[in-house]
Amino acid sequence: MQRIGVFVCWCGSNIAGTVDVKKVAQTLGREPGVVFSADYQYMCSQSGQDLIKDSIKQYKLTGAVICSCSPRMHENTFRKAAAAAGLNPYMVEIANIREQVSWIHKDMAAGTEKAIILGRAAIAKVHLNAPLIAGESPVTKRALVIGGGIAGIQTALDIADAGFPVDIVEKSPTIGGKMAQLDKTFPTLDCAACILTPKMVEAAQHENVRILAYSEVAEVKGFVGNFTVKIRRKARYVKEDVCTGCGLCTEKCPQKKAPDEFNLGLSNRRAIYIPFAQAVPKVATIDPDYCMMLKTGKCGVCSKVCGVKAIDYTQKDEFIEENYGAIVAATGFEPIGLDKFDEFAYSLSPDVVTSLEYERLMNAAGPTGGTLLRPSDLKHPHTIVFVQCVGSRCDEKSEKGVPYCSKVCCMYTAKHAMLTREKYPDTEVYVFYIDVRTPGKNFDEFYRRAVEQYDVHYIKGMVGKVVPENGKLKVQASDLLENRQLHIDADMVVLAAAIEPDKSARPLATMLTASMDTNDFFTEAHPKLRPVESPTAGVFLAGMCQGPKDIPETVSQASACAAKVIGLLNKDRLVGNPCVAHSDELMCNGCSQCANVCPYGAITYADKEFRMPDRTTAVRRVAQVNPAVCQGCGACTVTCPSGAMDLFGFSNNQIMAEVDAICK
Amino acid sequence: MEFLYYPGCTLKNKAKDLDLYARKSAEALGVTLTEVPEWQCCGGVYPLGRDEIATKLSSVRTLMAARDAGCDLVTVCAACHNVVKQINHDMACDEYVRTRVNNYLAPDVPYDGSVNVLHLLEVLRDRVGFDAIREKVVSPLTGRKLGAYYGCLLLRPSSVLAFDDPENPTVIEDLLKALGAEPVYYAERNECCGGYAGIADPEVPEKRAAAVLSNAKARGAEALVTACPLCYYNLKKHAAGTGVGVVYFTELLAGALGVK
Repeated sequence: MQRIGVFVCWCGSNIAGTVDVKKVAQTLGREPGVVFSADYQYMCSQSGQDLIKDSIKQYKLTGAVICSCSPRMHENTFRKAAAAAGLNPYMVEIANIREQVSWIHKDMAAGTEKAIILGRAAIAKVHLNAPLIAGESPVTKRALVIGGGIAGIQTALDIADAGFPVDIVEKSPTIGGKMAQLDKTFPTLDCAACILTPKMVEAAQHENVRILAYSEVAEVKGFVGNFTVKIRRKARYVKEDVCTGCGLCTEKCPQKKAPDEFNLGLSNRRAIYIPFAQAVPKVATIDPDYCMMLKTGKCGVCSKVCGVKAIDYTQKDEFIEENYGAIVAATGFEPIGLDKFDEFAYSLSPDVVTSLEYERLMNAAGPTGGTLLRPSDLKHPHTIVFVQCVGSRCDEKSEKGVPYCSKVCCMYTAKHAMLTREKYPDTEVYVFYIDVRTPGKNFDEFYRRAVEQYDVHYIKGMVGKVVPENGKLKVQASDLLENRQLHIDADMVVLAAAIEPDKSARPLATMLTASMDTNDFFTEAHPKLRPVESPTAGVFLAGMCQGPKDIPETVSQASACAAKVIGLLNKDRLVGNPCVAHSDELMCNGCSQCANVCPYGAITYADKEFRMPDRTTAVRRVAQVNPAVCQGCGACTVTCPSGAMDLFGFSNNQIMAEVDAICK
Repeated sequence: MEFLYYPGCTLKNKAKDLDLYARKSAEALGVTLTEVPEWQCCGGVYPLGRDEIATKLSSVRTLMAARDAGCDLVTVCAACHNVVKQINHDMACDEYVRTRVNNYLAPDVPYDGSVNVLHLLEVLRDRVGFDAIREKVVSPLTGRKLGAYYGCLLLRPSSVLAFDDPENPTVIEDLLKALGAEPVYYAERNECCGGYAGIADPEVPEKRAAAVLSNAKARGAEALVTACPLCYYNLKKHAAGTGVGVVYFTELLAGALGVK
């Protein structure tokens, strides 16, 4: 018989406000096997933990039930406390009476009853618990960073500076990401390329950084400290190690009609291309959708002009496999599609552009060479209307847009407005806003400069309709402060489109078994206290893939993320999870169903000799679990038809005992 | 394909063409439209007052007739469609309205908004299919540049009408393509024509119609295609001298199908 202690936490008023904690402690104290029960304001505090430790010693407890918050929050805290008092940490069970009771119920009587039931279930489980000893696994001292924007580059550089090798996997032909497309950066107006490209070069030259551009993650196996990742290196049709990036092929290629992604389709490029002059790696890439040689077998101009014979039309996608101790997701963002926002006539007029397109139109390396010309007739626009919150902060019930604030639009719109007025004082600039949100160092001063010094017309209200007609954009809008309708004949309309996570994030999250929120942003392990870690051990988050943020914030997060990765890679061994599956070889019939459902490849088969009842021996095929690879998900235990698979710490018997206790 | 058909008052007076060609086209496409027996006016305008029950009753009577006939209800007039569909939605979703209306009418079986209300354009798109229509076209509208004019009643409130994307509708354009015409996309096509506001201030529809017509003309439309008698009236009244015609979609359809 176990000697169980029950510890009921108030969590201040978080639990005690909805659950009668004294009654829970008293009632559970009368359960069979319970020799001690108590309630306390903050069980996770030092004195709360001391209460647990002292009680374990004083009452010679063999098991403990903590009625508190979710085990995701403090299971580790309480296990450590138990271990410090000499109790095996796996003899501690949590009854979650905060997230599963007090936070979701209002009625004190019903909440208290449910808390008692959950406590009983935990007690029933502890009765069947057995001490478990965790194994150890080695750590591969190499990190993978997925995404080569500013977030990925900064993370990789910081990890590399600490002495660990890092691979950056980037899906496009060059690293640099969205920041490389920007013109100037708020609030200091330094040019994006001037501060980004040195970092790109640093990454390329760093002895610990390897850049795998034009590559994608194809498969992730393993677990924290021991990931095995398959990476697809897409065929460039150019030998990356031979190409010198001279660019001759990109001048001679006869196919000039491919839309230039770097300029967001505002200009065309050749079928063989280098995205921009400072690309890293500076290597040409052939676009198979436009290359005549690849499509029809006729052309070959690039191959003829290439002095170093780098062109290889027969190249195929290749797969490489690499081991990593830690993985960083830095997949970034993209602006939302605007097909649901046709009131702004984005599909009807080329002079209605997104803010990112406007960046390219302002950029000295952009399609207009930095002179602001509107796309339809390449004339200088004299009236420009900026619309903020296009798709941001939409009603969650509406089928268009996103519910959150995209956070960067207020500042970059102020920047666009200011730069436009600075360069072209003859241009009237209007900004329509719902709210101007400029928290951040020197941000509000920046916005006020646009209003006060540059005479940008900030109007609270939304644009309702844009009608392109006879070379003008007729903008109909409301001025909410003056309560009147406005009609502005504009030459250009710039839409601050909401941002959303990059499309590649969702499939990557599935491969990493990392969780995401309803908007497809990666979820943090804790929104306040562990903001750069995914709940999946060994997976870390940097940049926009975790939520909207600007460049300074992204860089801070990237460095924080690197610190966490370095902390992990510095360890030689990791203590594993002893709650893993095991197979009862006498019951196993070798059917392979468990191996088929195992997401981690932890199950193998071996032929073993068994003594039969008639004293003969027989060889049978049985399942064996590799405890270092098993993550204890339990998929095999529910699949096994003969009940041979079971999970330490979550055995079928324990779970049934919990269910019985709940239903009693 | 059989439907109960609700023409509404305007289609018996000002908009006889809209009604006539809807019937002819439907027949040519193998769609049977049976007129609701002894139908009443839809009420004309959807009453926004939630406690305004009396003006909702006539639409509910039409809806109950469709329920009793076991048919989907088809409308052609955009205004009737808007009123009947919104009132049907109230009967399905608003307990207060449902109870009061049923208490007042005291039908044998209370009505709960179960009938499916379809506009003829929806029938053409979702039931008949534009591919099937394309096959039945005998005199295609080849070379004609036509601008769809949706107005507001077919599209809004979009959560209730659920007719098409309210900012970027395509159903009339898709129909025009099926008939062989070249649709002209212009920004004003889903804006209001001024509607009933003309009763209080005739300048409103005048300005609105001028904006719609000039935008469509600038984009190269030779005529505007509508499903709404009120839009037709407002646009036609102010189209003189612009060179832009106004036509009901049913008339074009009947013409293309060779039954005009």
